[in-house]
Amino acid sequence: MDYALQQLVNGLTLGMIYGLIALGYTMVYGIIGMINFAHGDIFMVGAFTALIGFLLLGMGGVTFVPLALILVLVLAMAFTSLYGFTVERLAYRPLRGSFRLAPLISAIGMSIFLQNFVQVTQGARVKPLEPVVQGGVVLSRGGTVEVTLSYMQISIILTTLVVLTVFTLIIGRTPLGRAMRACEQDRRMASLLGIDTDRTISLTFVIGAALAAVAGMMYLLYYGVIDFFIGFVAGIKAFTAAVLGGIGSLPGAVLGALLIGMIETFWSAYFSVQYKDVAAFSILAIALIFLPSGILGRHEVEKV
Amino acid sequence: MSGAAPRGMAAIVRDAGLAALIALGVGAPLLGLRTEPVGRGLTLIPRPGLLLSVVAAVFVGRILVGLFMAQRALRRRVISPAPRAMLAPPGFRSWLGRAAGPAMLAFALLLPFMPGIGRYEIDLGTLVLTYVMLGWGLNIVVGLAGLLDLGYVAFYAVGAYSYALLAKHLEIGFWAALPLTGLCSAVWGIILGFPVLRLRGDYLAIVTLAFGEIIRIVLLNWVGLTGGPNGMSGIPRPSFFGLPFSMAGGEGTFAGFFGLEPSPLHRIIFLYYLILALALVTNFVTIRLRRHPIGRAWEALREDEVASRALGLSVVAVKLTAFATGALFGGFAGAFFATRQGFISPESFTFIESALILAIVVLGGMGSQIGVATAAVVMIGGFELFRDLEQFRMLVFGLAMVAIMVWRPRGLVSSREPSVALGARKMVGAEHVAEGRG
Repeated sequence: MDYALQQLVNGLTLGMIYGLIALGYTMVYGIIGMINFAHGDIFMVGAFTALIGFLLLGMGGVTFVPLALILVLVLAMAFTSLYGFTVERLAYRPLRGSFRLAPLISAIGMSIFLQNFVQVTQGARVKPLEPVVQGGVVLSRGGTVEVTLSYMQISIILTTLVVLTVFTLIIGRTPLGRAMRACEQDRRMASLLGIDTDRTISLTFVIGAALAAVAGMMYLLYYGVIDFFIGFVAGIKAFTAAVLGGIGSLPGAVLGALLIGMIETFWSAYFSVQYKDVAAFSILAIALIFLPSGILGRHEVEKV
Repeated sequence: MSGAAPRGMAAIVRDAGLAALIALGVGAPLLGLRTEPVGRGLTLIPRPGLLLSVVAAVFVGRILVGLFMAQRALRRRVISPAPRAMLAPPGFRSWLGRAAGPAMLAFALLLPFMPGIGRYEIDLGTLVLTYVMLGWGLNIVVGLAGLLDLGYVAFYAVGAYSYALLAKHLEIGFWAALPLTGLCSAVWGIILGFPVLRLRGDYLAIVTLAFGEIIRIVLLNWVGLTGGPNGMSGIPRPSFFGLPFSMAGGEGTFAGFFGLEPSPLHRIIFLYYLILALALVTNFVTIRLRRHPIGRAWEALREDEVASRALGLSVVAVKLTAFATGALFGGFAGAFFATRQGFISPESFTFIESALILAIVVLGGMGSQIGVATAAVVMIGGFELFRDLEQFRMLVFGLAMVAIMVWRPRGLVSSREPSVALGARKMVGAEHVAEGRG
């Protein structure tokens, strides 16, 4: 029982990280209907920016941990958003209105580019970071296994919740969020009503990249090591989560991500670590057979 | 980017300044600083020179692009803008289109015997042809049936591993194993396709991607059967219809039988013609199937799924045949790959391969056989060309994919000949494919 509780905590943490990435996928999909394949690599860039931020602060002598965390978070979000903006501008905007597969291929090309860009500029080796947040709360020690909720996990879950709240407020309450929802429903109509759709799409990529940067920083803190290839697997998992939750649906993305996180953690805990990805992907295939538009996705009715 | 009105120099410089500023921001963390391991931790090494030169390059490049755009806009204004013709202009281009196929075929047939062609060139040709075949196989699924498959490499892997297993454990020769491997891949195509082909567009894409990853992970971890990460080695090489290629040149060997001087080139040339034949079979079957009711059903489905269903096509059955046919040729190519390499490991079947094959299909112009072949030559040949750049090669490759897509979103060959036409056959611009006019 205690073991299961520990896995629940771990799965929740992992799911939160996936959720932040999945939101970027689902938002972009909702608004322009493309799979932004380079999003996983934007997440990786976010993790590297955070790593460089921590090293800079370490050299600058900032030792107060909460301040360092916030500074790095802001830095990583700022620089990574710039990547989101640039990628959209260079690789996707010229292809707007083109046929469906053109932006996908362009995105795959961008993904290969970003991976190798980081490999060339930062080296192929695994980058370690000393633990920034240590210690934890022991939840129960009665049974055979001690259940701990580390401060790291607490801060990941808290940060994610704060970011998600802010993000939900932006989507729900601000003019920008209204413009985004309008573009999602009908881009042509929205532009006829005076919404600058190009700017809205740009900002969607910027927000998606900022969320990915948060995820990247959390990943770095949680695992302590990153390399240039982490974006691929994390990206596929997050996209799987977005599809599982119903692509285009924001709560669905988070729900799907939590599910994928749980499935992965419990599968590695009780069955085998090697096949955890197989488990996650199989659940996706099975779920889609019974719920073809995901858990919270709208069923599309096609009018002819 | 539209270049509607020519802009003045000041605007171009301002624009370039903005681009340089963005480049500075993008480059600052990753280009400007490098993480270097020191002891157990990391340290940062600043690289201001590199950062500044990249920013300067972006600035100058942006000015040049701006000037070029302004020039073009000016020219467009003087000469009336050319109407974007739906029909390809007759004359030279259509002649080129007709001549390109036979010319490429003749070149491919004669390649091993051309002067100055050595072992390296033939090997490269074999590699290119493998991708041509994979591209044509995937073209059936993506180009004809309009199903986005991001996990095509799974069938390639199934073909390679099933040949390796058949040949090593049951000692079945290459020619007997070839149909079996194709069958194996096609069955896997059906197993995968059956539950998921109800899904539309991007849901199908992610499930095929997931399937590709599942196959790879299973190959990686089922050490007893596949050798895991070490792969399988010692896969039997093909024989010339029962005559093995051997350097000894004895009585029962290829060289001995034909009275030739034994040479390692024989096998290489044989492999080259083998993959050429396999690729041509793929092409021939595709061309014939397009005129077959099944092929027409595929194209109808791509154009309009609802209408096809209303006309009584069984959507799942039609999709399954496309999937299985595509998988079949992927399996053949996999068996060829295994016998050519003599060694296979899960390393060869990563997502990047799927992406590469899909890119060949899309860059070539979906559904166009000659376009796919051209794209395979350009991509794989270009990839080889940059071999000396080593780690920059993939960087350039990714950038080239973006650039080609931005330059020609419809692929290199962007017009189609309709499979079925009433009266005269007109070339159709590719922008009209999948809009009910192709």
